[in-house]
Amino acid sequence: MDTKPLALAAAKGRLLALNAVHAAASGHIGGSLSVMDILTTLYFHTMKIDPKHPSDPERDRLVLSKGHCTPALYSLLALKGYFPREDLSLFRSIQGHYSGHPDMVHVAGVDMSTGSLGQGISAAVGMALAGKMDRKAYRVYAILGDGEIEEGQTWEAVMSAAKFRLDNLCAVVDVNGLQIDGRTSEVMPSEPLDKKYEAFGWHVIHVDGHDLDALVSAFDEAKAITGMPTMILARTVKGKGVSFMENNASWHGKAPNEEQYQQARRELAQRIRDCADEMVLESMNRAQEPFISWTGEGDEWNV
Amino acid sequence: MSEKIATRAAFGEALVTLADQYPQLTVLDADLSGSTMTCGFAKAHPHRFFNLGIAESNMMGVAAGLATCGKKVFASSFAMFAAGRAFEQVRNSIAYPGLNVTVVGSHGGLSVGEDGATHQCCEDLSLMRTIPNMTVLCPCDGPEMRAAVSALMNHKGPAYLRLGRLAVDSVTDQIPGYQFEIGKGVLLREGADVTVVATGMMVQAALKAAALLAGEGLSVQVLDFHTIKPLDGPLLEAAARKTGCVVTTEEHSVLGGLGSAVAEYLGEHCPVPVIRHGVNDLFGRSGKAQEVLDAYGLNPQGVAEAVRKAVKRKG
Repeated sequence: MDTKPLALAAAKGRLLALNAVHAAASGHIGGSLSVMDILTTLYFHTMKIDPKHPSDPERDRLVLSKGHCTPALYSLLALKGYFPREDLSLFRSIQGHYSGHPDMVHVAGVDMSTGSLGQGISAAVGMALAGKMDRKAYRVYAILGDGEIEEGQTWEAVMSAAKFRLDNLCAVVDVNGLQIDGRTSEVMPSEPLDKKYEAFGWHVIHVDGHDLDALVSAFDEAKAITGMPTMILARTVKGKGVSFMENNASWHGKAPNEEQYQQARRELAQRIRDCADEMVLESMNRAQEPFISWTGEGDEWNV
Repeated sequence: MSEKIATRAAFGEALVTLADQYPQLTVLDADLSGSTMTCGFAKAHPHRFFNLGIAESNMMGVAAGLATCGKKVFASSFAMFAAGRAFEQVRNSIAYPGLNVTVVGSHGGLSVGEDGATHQCCEDLSLMRTIPNMTVLCPCDGPEMRAAVSALMNHKGPAYLRLGRLAVDSVTDQIPGYQFEIGKGVLLREGADVTVVATGMMVQAALKAAALLAGEGLSVQVLDFHTIKPLDGPLLEAAARKTGCVVTTEEHSVLGGLGSAVAEYLGEHCPVPVIRHGVNDLFGRSGKAQEVLDAYGLNPQGVAEAVRKAVKRKG
């Protein structure tokens, strides 16, 4: 399939996430950039959702168990049309209700309030279980961090999902290799993850978490698995897309200063232009109108 | 002859009785279904019962997820593990989003007996009461428990329900016109000299203490506070004004539970002497349930002693 529109959406999401963290002078940019392609694939390709009906009982659900990555989640929800993009300026602000961690009560499109690590995947198990009880067709996605899985509760949840044969549940670990205090391999080694999840009764898929074609295929593969849940181990780069943030644990949860912000903004805006150009070129080759415009959508893109 | 039944048994019966009327009712347990008495529901409705194993933290999250999909969830374990171990999951995954889950803590207090301090939870009412959005219930007998479970079926939002291990005499069925309403205390015995506010199985002890003290010429009023939160402030204030002093009694620490709630309320609205009777900032210990309760003064004599102290304070 053509993943260029996904690439463009992810590029926009990255810049919006940066802007939100910059506006708040606070927030978790590193993990938001690593998880962006995963979330974009789900929200803009895989999931059956309708922003006009965020509470539709038949909808697919997503639980951002690594809840600190609201900059990514809120940005994509805004791009998807759940709420106005301008609202992102209220991220972490007392003036609004776009709290630092996902809030299902106040933010349209958020399926579960999360943030305290290790808890979201349990809620996802509950949603998938309800789907089985009611014989509904919806699927449930849970996004975990590779630091987060140090929480024992995630393994309780993993055991229970296998017990109930929840093939409507697909979890993703955003394996960026870093957590607040440094490398996960040093803070608390958790590899080999594939063998662990397989031993717990899950179908395991390895994927490059920035390869949109591979992500699309992985989610398609998960849909076809029956009798067991699927765990996608997505290798990613923390801070992906901003040169000085990549693979640097210190960018886990801090906002850039003005100079850093301007540089990051230039890099991410350039990526948007590149993605858009590719789409325009392709559509010209096909003698069609470009079907996604990236100009005139607001200041974010015009750096 | 009044019925003698443990509130956990009445809870289990009520789930089965109400199952057909509430098709969304879903019950979870963490390998203690034979003790929390959810086993009857499990047998009658196996497709609406899930045993999550010895993993209370996950159980609370699963409960939350089910609730987001419209299920009316009761998630049961011992009070120690439901309110204690899984406190943060109850707070963040259930109460913060305001989900429709009743956390059920069985074997609350010292009457766990032989298992000893690690299983004798005297902090659950305190822990649960401090969580915003949370309703906290501790019914005193079988009939009241059945009424509470029935009321919870129509209650929206998170709640904590404490169950007791021991079979207890039914007292609320002796009260003409008794009606259960969440947040409303019940006047069980009229009195003029002192008010005893009791919850759980200390309600029975309070009634016995009142009978005992009548022989000493003291007129003791007894209120059954099955709801710790929201506290029935108006009933409490009226009783405090009428009798001029208050004793609280609970099978729970005197820190943070019913005693604290009552003292806080009266301190702000109607300052009168308040004596908190319960477990005095101590861990429990092993023994036969009644022996342990006696060792910690959780019996009619202990309540009576607290009442005498309160009356003296009136001056």
